[in-house]
Amino acid sequence: MVRNPEANRDQFRPEDHPNDTFLLSTVVGSYPKPKWLNRADELVDDPDSKFDESDLEEAHDDACRLITHEHERAGLDTVVDGEMRRNEMVEFFADRIDGYEFNGPVKVWGHNYFDKPSVVEEVEYDEPWLVDEFEFTAGVAERPVKVPITGPYTLGFWAFNEAYPSTEELVYDLADLVNEEVEKLVEAGARYIQIDEPALATTPEDHAIVGEALERIAAGIPEEVRIGLHVCYGDYSRVYPEINDYPIDEFDLELSNGDYEQIPVFEEPELEPDLALGVVDAHTAEIESVAEIKANIRQGLRVVPPEKLTISPDCGLKLLPRDIAYGKTENMVTAVREIEAEIDSGEIDLDNPLADD
Amino acid sequence: MTERVAATPGLYPLPDRAKETLSDLKGHQKGDLLSGDESEAIVAEYDEVRAEYVDDQLDAGLDLITEGQGRWDDMIAHPLTVSDAVETGGIVRYYDNNNFYRDPRVVDDLDSSGDVAGELEKATDLLADADGGDDASLAATLPGPYSLADLATDEHYGDAAEFQAAIAEFLAGEVEAFPAHETLFLLEPSLVTDPPAEGDESTATDALATVADATDADVVVQTFYGALGEKLYAHLVDEAGADALGLDLVAGDRDDTVYNVQEFGSTDSLSLGLVDGQNTLVEEPETVAERVEWFESQIPLEGFDRTYLTPNTELFYLPTNKYREKLNALAAAAEVLD
Repeated sequence: MVRNPEANRDQFRPEDHPNDTFLLSTVVGSYPKPKWLNRADELVDDPDSKFDESDLEEAHDDACRLITHEHERAGLDTVVDGEMRRNEMVEFFADRIDGYEFNGPVKVWGHNYFDKPSVVEEVEYDEPWLVDEFEFTAGVAERPVKVPITGPYTLGFWAFNEAYPSTEELVYDLADLVNEEVEKLVEAGARYIQIDEPALATTPEDHAIVGEALERIAAGIPEEVRIGLHVCYGDYSRVYPEINDYPIDEFDLELSNGDYEQIPVFEEPELEPDLALGVVDAHTAEIESVAEIKANIRQGLRVVPPEKLTISPDCGLKLLPRDIAYGKTENMVTAVREIEAEIDSGEIDLDNPLADD
Repeated sequence: MTERVAATPGLYPLPDRAKETLSDLKGHQKGDLLSGDESEAIVAEYDEVRAEYVDDQLDAGLDLITEGQGRWDDMIAHPLTVSDAVETGGIVRYYDNNNFYRDPRVVDDLDSSGDVAGELEKATDLLADADGGDDASLAATLPGPYSLADLATDEHYGDAAEFQAAIAEFLAGEVEAFPAHETLFLLEPSLVTDPPAEGDESTATDALATVADATDADVVVQTFYGALGEKLYAHLVDEAGADALGLDLVAGDRDDTVYNVQEFGSTDSLSLGLVDGQNTLVEEPETVAERVEWFESQIPLEGFDRTYLTPNTELFYLPTNKYREKLNALAAAAEVLD
């Protein structure tokens, strides 16, 4: 059953918010790393260099501070550190969970590879994965911090399963570990968690497995904590309306890439969690204009009222040039604030949000 | 007495060093993928990769040696993506995997290129020069015509049956240019994942027979990603011109496969997909041997001419250390059975 998004949304509304209407602006998570950070990552592996692990930690801290502030400068209501400490969305977690091992890169396409791990024994929780990262970011941020976590379905299905009779069972064990991590994050003060499940888009018939995994993740997490689910690049009609039963507060989707062709999927029945609508494309290097983004935001108003609408980019922006990523984010926030003002003044007809006023 | 032959249909993962060298030489974008007229440095790198593959197989003790298909950036769509009559479109998903290939859009009359024959000539030379190469024979690999047509987009022929027949003629032309080979593997996963509509089976089997007729070698029609539908299975046994059907005993329900063989008989030889090409867990040779004996015991026939012991899929899904261990497991299983 859907959680209670109304119970946790207001805490993200800034005190000096300029409009009556509040569309929560956020990001999916990843952001382009500064070039020097990539060099620093390489340098620490160079035996001829004096640059060591503690230097790298300092570089990561600097980068997290920089990108968190870059998000704040763009005007976002909630921020992320751009995942500066993370390498790849499965590898990063597999490295921290007992039971995984790495054998080497495997092909994805062409000469693009991924260090696909193998699960060789029962997965277990060892040290916290993200608590230090969260505490650092929360310490330098003025705005609330969102924490993206790769979901158990993706952590299970984008690995080789050597140890479990079925990958479904592996996913449920991983979900229990994610739950443990979320509890620790909540204890450390986190109030906005996003579970990333891109693998669901490739195998939508497994939506019930993802649902059961989310039940385990959300078990015992108080309602003032906002739990989002991010899915991208899929046929959403194959997971809707089933996701209305997921225990989440918010469903975050890539939709700008497909020019909102899939928005009608969510018209009937009514979407129960809040909608986090992707309004800028994560894979085009042109910055969308404020006017274009405003038109995209109106698409979201076709399926949810303003008080259930969150605005974000389609996906993580890490593959874009950094100035483009910043330009998209900044224009996105400008568009959000302008749409809010237009709703306040009655310029936008909420019963027919695409209509010209 | 059934002869047991340890073999693979190829498509191996690139050695890690070559992964780096080739991505530096070629790049990461879809425009950088192989076109068939690569630079000398790239050719030299692939020559080294091929030599390593031949050594890996001889070291493991396989009975049939493949070229390894390190150049096949687009997996089994490769023979089309290097053809002049093809324009490559966007990146599309390769079956139900987290892998992608360039959509081959056929825009003109297909004509064989000799690209695969060139690779096999080089493999033949390597085998002739290698220690222990005398005991091993060459196995050639191509996509089957049904799967290749399924993976491609027809923007020229305009009719599905005509397109399949044209792809079959194209592949037959490639085979005619091959150097001597003992076995030809035709990879046909689409027969399992997207089987022909009822009534269209003979279009697929005719196309297979066209390719099979182009060689004197033993032809193995290797199906994978699960069990074949029973009606299609029966057509394939009778009409595809195959010496052996390849059956996946790892993915899907192997009881369905056993039922097919019990009910509809089989080709004179069979190829069994016994080790998992998509999992790093390496099977014990004894386990593989037991699977062969179990399968053979389910079958009413006295025995086959040959049982090929193979992985159920291509091996490029694996990291290189595990790919080598899978080769070893297959060769060792054949020895256990002997």
